[in-house]
Amino acid sequence: MAAAARFWRKIPQRYNLIGTKCSACNKVYFPPRYICPVCRRAGKIEEFKLDGKGELVTYAVIYIAPRGFESQAPYIIGIVELDGGARVTTQIVDCDPKDVEIGMPVKAVFRKVNEDGESGVIYYGYKFTPMR
Amino acid sequence: MRDVAVIGVGCTKFDELWDTALRQLIVDAGRKAIEDAGITGEEIDALYIGNMSAGRFVDQEHIASLISDYAGLAASFHTPATRVESACASGGVAFRQAVMAIASGLHDIVIAAGVEKMTDVLPSETTFTLATAADQEWETFFGATFPSLYAMMARRHMHDFGTTREQLAMVAVKNHKNGCKNPNAQFQKEITIQDVLESPIVADPLRLLDCSPITDGAAVTVLCSADIAKRYTDTPVYVVGSGHATDTIALHDRISLTTLYAAVFAARRAYQMAKIEPKDINVAEVHDCFTIAEILAIEDLGFVKKGEGGKATEEGLTAIGGKIPVNPSGGLKAAGHPVGATGIKQIVEIVYQLREEANGRQVKGAEIGLAHNVGGSGGSAVIHILKR
Ligand SMILES: [Zn+2]
Repeated sequence: MAAAARFWRKIPQRYNLIGTKCSACNKVYFPPRYICPVCRRAGKIEEFKLDGKGELVTYAVIYIAPRGFESQAPYIIGIVELDGGARVTTQIVDCDPKDVEIGMPVKAVFRKVNEDGESGVIYYGYKFTPMR
Repeated sequence: MRDVAVIGVGCTKFDELWDTALRQLIVDAGRKAIEDAGITGEEIDALYIGNMSAGRFVDQEHIASLISDYAGLAASFHTPATRVESACASGGVAFRQAVMAIASGLHDIVIAAGVEKMTDVLPSETTFTLATAADQEWETFFGATFPSLYAMMARRHMHDFGTTREQLAMVAVKNHKNGCKNPNAQFQKEITIQDVLESPIVADPLRLLDCSPITDGAAVTVLCSADIAKRYTDTPVYVVGSGHATDTIALHDRISLTTLYAAVFAARRAYQMAKIEPKDINVAEVHDCFTIAEILAIEDLGFVKKGEGGKATEEGLTAIGGKIPVNPSGGLKAAGHPVGATGIKQIVEIVYQLREEANGRQVKGAEIGLAHNVGGSGGSAVIHILKR
């Protein structure tokens, strides 16, 4: 069982897609980074809010779910490239797996991500849905 | 820098070994390796032990001390021992630490070992622990599983290169066929393409028979400075190349989803050190934790062009008797995958191959072999090239 700080520490990122941007090279990082891998110490990291629109790069359909996700299976997990170039691993929801394809435009929505069985704690964050 | 040789190897059976504790597994494999090398405990200068997660799997940390102790070395000789962790690449990285310790001149005779005891906890706990090799905050938190990361690589490989579902299955079919000839393999049973395609879906497009199993096991190698190797054996196997590399821990941060650049860079470094090219390799053990992983591996190692791994597998290039036999031991898929032990087991198999002791799975005339060991979804990789 993890202490609560581990989760609330990441609320700005997981709730509002707050990432970082290196103002030296303009590269956007999500999740946030503390050092720019391109410029390293010469870089200047600033907060940056992503608009949550992107494109599906790849995906899988999970039938054997990890704990806390059992009731959601089967569900789609994907990698989304956000406008600005940062990529995230996320669930793709509100659609049937057979309608999903690589290259599909998607957008972020705020949802319940998983439930911690023993304590009843519910974790929230982004998922993505097809843009229609 | 001194040249390094492998003078002894040993391995337990890989299986669900309910009766055997972690400390016994490693002692069983160690005894075989020591006897194979013909050394005494007193001659051992140091131990490096690859292990991913004894803490989660058997609630035991500090296993370097435990293993030195139960090997009978700690109380008698106070032998230095170091645990090495790099997820599923822990064994290969431990081997590299042993190589470096000898090459540097610090030590003369060193043990490189690997062990994992995975069946002392419920399967759900085992899969959770394996997934800790991925980014816990930005991959698994959102519901990604370890198989799903490789499934996403498979999907993209199929999309970009036309790799087929059947070609993925052919990797498992080949490795099961090889495993039948390996008495230490967890599965010694042939399967068909149909069996793979009809097995339960784990993370589409990957099914159960695309995945390596949960396994207990240990593997041990004895290394020494090449100039003293002939004192111990007539058939030393020389470590001519060693390469190690990292990449981003999260799959989504990589510049490619169909190339493991950690493996590409580790291979480049190992080939450069050995002064050889991919075409010079006669036999390889690669990290087929999932069927797609073997296809990526043979591409990343330069055996075939990027995108042609599926086709090469279909054409039999990687079968025993093919141009570049891959995973004669049965690989992780059929021989089993006790994560920390896997990288060492790969070395053990290559040593058997180069000493022509691989019996029914022998690659005829193999002189140069390669072991390719990957951590997580490709956040680390370590590659060794051995020559007889
Ligand atoms: Zn920068």
